[in-house]
Amino acid sequence: MALSRRLLPLFLRRGFPAAAAPARALSTAAAPAPPPASASEEEDESSVTVKGVRISGRPLYLDMQATTPVDPRVLDAMLPFYLSRYGNPHSRTHLYGWESDAAVEAARARVAALVGADPREIFFTSGATECNNIAVKGVARFYRDRRRHVVTTQTEHKCVLDSCRYLQQEGFDVTYLPVRADGLVDLAQLEDAIRPDTALVSVMAVNNEIGVVQPLEEIGRICKEKGVPFHTDAAQALGKIPIDVGRMGIGLMSLSGHKIYGPKGVGALYLRRRPRIRVEPQMSGGGQERGIRSGTVPTPLVVGFGAACEIAAHEMDYDHRRVSALQKRLLDGIRAQVDEVVINGSMEHRYPGNLNLSFAYVEGESLLMGLKEVAVSSGSACTSASLEPSYVLRALGVEEDMAHTSIRFGMGRFTTEEEVDRAIELTVRQVKKLRDMSPLYEMAKAGIDLKSIEWSQH
Amino acid sequence: MAMMLRAAGKRLLGVGGGEAAPAAVAAATASRRGYHERVVEHYNNPRNVGAFDKDDADVGTGIVGAPACGDVMKLQIRVDEPSGRIVDARFKTFGCGSAIASSSVATEWVKGKQMEEVVAIKNTEIAKHLSLPPVKLHCSMLAEDAIKAAVKDYEAKKGKLAKSDE
Repeated sequence: MALSRRLLPLFLRRGFPAAAAPARALSTAAAPAPPPASASEEEDESSVTVKGVRISGRPLYLDMQATTPVDPRVLDAMLPFYLSRYGNPHSRTHLYGWESDAAVEAARARVAALVGADPREIFFTSGATECNNIAVKGVARFYRDRRRHVVTTQTEHKCVLDSCRYLQQEGFDVTYLPVRADGLVDLAQLEDAIRPDTALVSVMAVNNEIGVVQPLEEIGRICKEKGVPFHTDAAQALGKIPIDVGRMGIGLMSLSGHKIYGPKGVGALYLRRRPRIRVEPQMSGGGQERGIRSGTVPTPLVVGFGAACEIAAHEMDYDHRRVSALQKRLLDGIRAQVDEVVINGSMEHRYPGNLNLSFAYVEGESLLMGLKEVAVSSGSACTSASLEPSYVLRALGVEEDMAHTSIRFGMGRFTTEEEVDRAIELTVRQVKKLRDMSPLYEMAKAGIDLKSIEWSQH
Repeated sequence: MAMMLRAAGKRLLGVGGGEAAPAAVAAATASRRGYHERVVEHYNNPRNVGAFDKDDADVGTGIVGAPACGDVMKLQIRVDEPSGRIVDARFKTFGCGSAIASSSVATEWVKGKQMEEVVAIKNTEIAKHLSLPPVKLHCSMLAEDAIKAAVKDYEAKKGKLAKSDE
């Protein structure tokens, strides 16, 4: 407490912008490369200039699959562990360490409770990407003498696919299962793909781009029958759909804090104890987290993650109902005014906070450029910098020209009806404007079949 | 602890007060994720959007690109028969903001010019005018191709008419 009292005047004297500055200065010092977003883009709240476009105020946020804001209740839980209870949870010799350790264990219990696990099966990491790396590479490496094969799907997150590519370089076989047009994996195909030497089946719970929910229980049953560990990347599923590791036969699971209104930089790996699944750790070090993930456990982040899980456990039903209503409002609102809007991925097996739409004859990037007042994403945030259409949509068999027209709307706990209404208004206006200048729309309206035209490829 | 923070703060103020640093930040930002203001301007207020009847004898139509690549550009010119001067132009484009801006610029540049002049317009000139980054250079190439295709279409049409007259 004494410390915080000494620090506070320092910040106050400088005003808020200066308090936010250290991060910028540090990153400039660390890397001579271009520093992150300039101050002019962020600081003036009354008018913001982004990508050369001046807009009045901050855009409304509909990108909840990329990340979510921290719930104020989560931040409240975290703050004491920054300011006064800053002990290293691995310190065994004093109160600071003991209280931090107790807080970490309480958080572990909260995460475990949300997924029906034993706290001893939860291992804190830096996020779902790290979990996916530990799970995919770790299991394959641990059992490499007898098992040389991994099954996954074409629509997994990049970190799973990249880990699989890495394993292929090490001599493993990987089966990338195709998905059906609705984005779901074909169970018969999955069963056929499993071999006696399969080390792992990895299928994500909720897809980040299209929001489809895979049939976890059925996949778990197949894996159990075949005696193969089942890993699921549940970063987008945790706190949004009910997860029960027992009922779903999950052997390993990747979880993330910042997708459920917790802090960024923390996640957890679920690792089954009975029957025990073992992994080779990715990092060498002090043996924290039972040697699965060495490195000091970040107490404030873990406490925040735990608090976010506890809130999610209480509010999942309520949030789900609200988000479902918002999804319906958004879809109905757009469809009432614009035709030829296609939903990507199953509508029936879907987390409603994700609405991935293709607007025929309108190119996605130009639509995003006109939607600067709405923070949405075209495909996943990781791939939207490239010109390639999303690999997830292509795996669904979406035509390349339609894949170029997709926008992902992501709604969550703090999304309001007013925000949805404004998003509808802006989207409709922009789609209409761009269709008016689209030669494809003109041809389609004239009755020309676009597929019959021989395009000059570039 | 407090001393350390104070020291860090002083270093910060030094950086912030310098003149070179903010300029460098702004430049880096523009090139890393920004559209040039001209691109934004053309995107917000595209010139000459629309269509002529492609069957008109004095209209040349060029369609280039492919939907699967994410860019299709249609550029039309209306030519004054005796002088060979382009009196008007229209475009419609399916593509990113840079593609829309490139075609908008192309229609502006061809208007009032002779046909032999406009086929000499290079994609690099359009790219330079709009400060297109390397990943968007293909947009300017499409615009150049669209101009050439429109002129070619007009000439082919005229050749055909001349033949049928004989």
